Amino acid sequence: MALTLAQIESRVDVAHRHPAWAFVRRHPLLVIGGVLLALMALVALAAPWIAPFNPTDMSVLKRLKAPNAIHHFGTDAMGRDVFSRVLWGGRVSMIVGLSVALLATGLGMLIGMVAGFSRAADALIMRVMDGMMAIPGILLAVALMALMRASIETVVIAITVPEIPRVVRLVRSLVLVIREQPYVQAAEAIGTRLHWILLRHVLPNAVTPLIVQGTFICASAVLFEAYLSFLGAGTPPEIPSWGNMMAEGRAVVQLAFHIILFPGLFLGVTVLSINLLGDGLRDMLDPKIARRL
Amino acid sequence: MLYVLKRVLAVIPVLGIVAVIVFLLLHLSPGDPAALIAGDTASSDDVERVRQLLGLNRPLHEQFFSWLWRLLQGDLGVSVFTGLPVAQMIGQRIEPTLWLTFLTISFAVLFAVPMGIIAAWKAGTWIDRSLMALAVLAFSLPVFLIGYLLIFGFSLGLGWLPVQGFHSLSEGFIPFIRHLILPAVSGGLVYMALIARMTRATMLEVLGEDYIRTARSRGVGNTRLLLRHALKNAAVPIVTTIGLGIALLLGGVIITESVFAIPGIGRLTVDSVLRHDYPVIQGIVLVVAAVYVFINLAIDLLYTVLDPRIRY
Repeated sequence: MALTLAQIESRVDVAHRHPAWAFVRRHPLLVIGGVLLALMALVALAAPWIAPFNPTDMSVLKRLKAPNAIHHFGTDAMGRDVFSRVLWGGRVSMIVGLSVALLATGLGMLIGMVAGFSRAADALIMRVMDGMMAIPGILLAVALMALMRASIETVVIAITVPEIPRVVRLVRSLVLVIREQPYVQAAEAIGTRLHWILLRHVLPNAVTPLIVQGTFICASAVLFEAYLSFLGAGTPPEIPSWGNMMAEGRAVVQLAFHIILFPGLFLGVTVLSINLLGDGLRDMLDPKIARRL
Repeated sequence: MLYVLKRVLAVIPVLGIVAVIVFLLLHLSPGDPAALIAGDTASSDDVERVRQLLGLNRPLHEQFFSWLWRLLQGDLGVSVFTGLPVAQMIGQRIEPTLWLTFLTISFAVLFAVPMGIIAAWKAGTWIDRSLMALAVLAFSLPVFLIGYLLIFGFSLGLGWLPVQGFHSLSEGFIPFIRHLILPAVSGGLVYMALIARMTRATMLEVLGEDYIRTARSRGVGNTRLLLRHALKNAAVPIVTTIGLGIALLLGGVIITESVFAIPGIGRLTVDSVLRHDYPVIQGIVLVVAAVYVFINLAIDLLYTVLDPRIRY
């Protein structure tokens, strides 16, 4: 696209005067995703103060009310306020998304480094990871949940396990490249301890791709929590979560579509914002991959 | 021919590992597997009976090999809820799932590949941007939200399509396909987004190659250039994504069945979770993983057709 000199000057000028605006222009996805996610996180955090009703208070008289002035998102089959429940449900999603992202990248990084540095362990670890990747994530998580008592903690574990193989593969491939770098070989030659090499040379190189990967894991974990709850194998039904709300709304979908619509929209916007943030981060931190995707 | 044989044989260790993982899941999980399978309401006598029935009192390696031996003969165990063989229960439910999977893949690939090609061809324009925005959106929206929105619009609103249920192909093609359109679309959108993004990325890379510029300078037309010169060379990574994405798709199918009340494997999974019927869940995991491995085997073998340079 050809620009006139005046246009270029005005752009440069704007960028000079407002460095924040320049950042927004360069990384629109990052900013849109970040702002949306911050908004959703804020709403979830503030749920106890901004929710107009107690999310678990039932009322026989107010069953299946359409959205109105008092109940902004209507009420569900037990007369609970859908708006308040949606706000509280966000907390479950945020906790699960964040915990799974941290746990999966952390564990995946450890296992991946072992695989990358130890030839003996490599073959075994990677075969196990191949086997795990052959089982669709949701099914593996359902099987794990069937073996554990339902709670937020077990949901986090069940979602983390299927996410690990991808991180392991990523870290292992990074380690294999990095260990061939002259500076790492030089460090090895002068007798640097392995853990020091890992900490000083491998870790800094792995941080950027791991952050990007972690963001996408967070998005998929938020979705998985809802899927598990929807299938009846997730968060205990007494805790309001978006998946639980939609699962309960299923029986009355023809009467009260709003029970499914609102948690579904909040879930969609949250996952979308995290995915946008991930795309933006990748574009900003890893331009080499970004140009390809 | 040797490479085909090698690739086919490579399936065995993967399936073996899957079997080990599935077996260990039950035995390494905290708590007593017998109590877990018997359920919360079981008395200690019940638990003991389950333990005897499933041979859970024998040493681990002995259990594994006898379990594996029965598995190889197609015996997936017995449901603790219905008392029926798990293989039989899965067999009864697999038809709707296979059809739904097939239609979902067809829908997704049919739309995703042209989407990706057009986006790459028009890279940087508003067409590209809106197609990719659509892809990110489809990737983020939960399968059940898409499903219910489609039900709300096309079934409850317009009344064009049935709300839910399944009709076997033997009951006629029209009712069969009418019941599967919405499930296939809602389950396929995620998968479509994944393939469209990959197609765009690979096509962009290929379109930057010298031979594309050469072909263009020779006066090769756009359609021919895109399909014969570019797509053919981009085919391998695209097909790989189609194969790897099957795991995502199979997960989506399970949710979709639940939304549209289709009596397939997904519904069986949900029912088994509610009944704490672990042997059935385990059987489903094994069967679905095997399906995934074999689809990817088929795709790997397809490579040799797509790209004669590939040899194993």
